[in-house]
Amino acid sequence: MNIIVCVRRAPVTDARIKPGADGRNYDPAGVNYDISEYDKFALEAGIALKEKNPGSKVTAVILGVKDSAKELRTCIATGCDAGVLLISDKEHDAFATASALAAKIKTLPHDLVLFGHISVDNQSSAVGPMTAELLGIGCATVVTGLSVEGGVAHVEREIEGGKREKLEVRLPCALTCQKGLNKPRSASMKGIMAAKNTKLDEGPAAVPANLINVLKMEPPAPRPAGKIVGEGPDAARKLVELLRNEAKVI
Amino acid sequence: MSNVLVFVEAKDGKASKAGLQALGAGAALAASLGGKCIALLAGNGLDAEAATLGAYGASRTLLASGEAFSKHSPDAMARLIANQAQAQGAAVVLASATSVGKDCMPRAAAMMKCGLASDIVELRAEGGKPVAVRPVFAGKARVTVQASGALFATLRPNVFATPARGGGSAPVEAVKVAFSLADLKAVVKEIVSGAAGKLDVAEAEIVCSGGRGMKDPAGEGKQNWANLEKLAATIGAAVGASRAVVDAGWRPHGEQVGQTGKTVSPKLYIAVAISGAIQHLAGMSGSKVIVAVNKDAQAPIFKVADYGIVGSAEDVLPALIEAFAAALKG
Ligand SMILES: Cc1cc2nc3c(=O)[nH]c(=O)nc-3n(C[C@H](O)[C@H](O)[C@H](O)COP(=O)(O)OP(=O)(O)OC[C@H]3O[C@@H](n4cnc5c(N)ncnc54)[C@H](O)[C@@H]3O)c2cc1C
Ligand SMILES: Nc1ncnc2c1ncn2[C@@H]1O[C@H](COP(=O)(O)O)[C@@H](O)[C@H]1O
Repeated sequence: MNIIVCVRRAPVTDARIKPGADGRNYDPAGVNYDISEYDKFALEAGIALKEKNPGSKVTAVILGVKDSAKELRTCIATGCDAGVLLISDKEHDAFATASALAAKIKTLPHDLVLFGHISVDNQSSAVGPMTAELLGIGCATVVTGLSVEGGVAHVEREIEGGKREKLEVRLPCALTCQKGLNKPRSASMKGIMAAKNTKLDEGPAAVPANLINVLKMEPPAPRPAGKIVGEGPDAARKLVELLRNEAKVI
Repeated sequence: MSNVLVFVEAKDGKASKAGLQALGAGAALAASLGGKCIALLAGNGLDAEAATLGAYGASRTLLASGEAFSKHSPDAMARLIANQAQAQGAAVVLASATSVGKDCMPRAAAMMKCGLASDIVELRAEGGKPVAVRPVFAGKARVTVQASGALFATLRPNVFATPARGGGSAPVEAVKVAFSLADLKAVVKEIVSGAAGKLDVAEAEIVCSGGRGMKDPAGEGKQNWANLEKLAATIGAAVGASRAVVDAGWRPHGEQVGQTGKTVSPKLYIAVAISGAIQHLAGMSGSKVIVAVNKDAQAPIFKVADYGIVGSAEDVLPALIEAFAAALKG
């Protein structure tokens, strides 16, 4: 099986995000990066499937700045066989990102194309299904269970109210992965050494213009200062009264 | 043309609440763009429901039915939305940011080679063009966006008002989608239900979340979690959790609130024994009113809380249940 995992390099989740001087992007000063959280579930799913299906190959693909080679090497150290770096130093919207990814994936054999279900920064939940559409393949989103047999992916996905939907998706297909699917492993020492010597497939990305244009980025509306109602159980009645008469939420 | 097409999600034979919210927002936007708001419903047995959408702001209602829509199919739904976006010359295409909307809107937008603004919290016209606002980084920042070409957008549930039923009426037209079941690449086989009537954190109007300080539900935290569930039942809330709790296996993944869990914006969020790490705050600071209960007066959660109680979950939860029960009865 040929498995592609699309990985995003994103600011770490404890980064403080402030709008930058251009008022349209965040200020990158002091921001550290990592593989976007949910992509770790996609990586693990790909690597686990490879282990189950000898002869399979897992390729990680990142569209990002040249420094993303670091995250790509982490993917290889964790168990991917190859890394593709589509280099671009601009911020792209979901459709532009999907276009660049699809254009590259079209040139690679692909039975399964895995994504995180949402990125921790852009949060569009769109790159996966958009890439699937551009590749003309099926897609299941927010996947929490997966087995692949006889050219079909048997998938469980999370829907509202604690319910799960069971689907069958014909290969080739795209899946967007959610927490609960698996427990991501860490890079092994052997993997880290091997990753150092793996040659990456690097080149400038072909990305179309953005269709969603950011006019401005702002910090969230500040919250008014709160108050401590009191200490211990005696404060409960006071709180409920405030919620009813002051905040008017109950 | 500045028509607004709204895919109104149906649930149990009715237009869903989130679907009506999208319709209300679409009608308001169409009015300021000088276009028409067209509702699109898909599913079987929805004829009577379709006839009511005029009362919520639709000027016409399109109804697609047939085998392809007997269960949710992202392929069929995306094809339907894209076909109608084209047929109606829609400048804006809206749906709710629910598991259905998030599943089919990106595909529909890609079919039309259009951009998608996901999970928007504001929608308006500026200089005759639609403009949307969406949180990014789980609410650490927000961006105002505009589309080149048609704007596809999904609307965060419970942020836009649910429109009141008015006096309007709108004609219903049946629409077809060129689609055979054999074209479906993904087929839903079964829906496995969770605990009956369980409220989802992302949809609930009130969320009560517990953190690590609640302790292990299989051990000394047993009474705390039972109390949190009782509190939730008393006030009609969904139970949420911090990542520490989910990672410990104390609560299911679907309940995690935060940057790598669900982003929630209920009218009331009650955080019990949660410290308020940046990733947790990111997911819940869009809530209208925040209450925090923590035994540590210095916990960062108190910085975002509107109301705080310094105290232990063991002491405060029973008192809260009693106080809410008394207030809701009286
Ligand atoms: C990549 C990444 C992503 C993450 N994403 C998320 C996310 O999406 N959501 C999330 O929540 N976290 C997330 N985290 C984890 C986050 O950093 C914190 O570790 C986590 O939120 C802490 O959970 P907590 O507040 O329950 O526990 P703690 O930080 O341990 O806090 C427990 C609190 O309970 C209080 N307490 C203790 N005993 C009692 C008692 N008896 N009564 C009352 N109060 C008591 C303590 O004073 C303390 O404030 C993420 C971390 C990483 C690295
Ligand atoms: N620049 C990128 N390079 C590779 N994959 C990406 C990129 N951006 C997004 N993705 C993938 O698409 C998923 C969803 O991203 P998003 O649509 O932004 O929420 C991510 O979890 C990644 O798997």
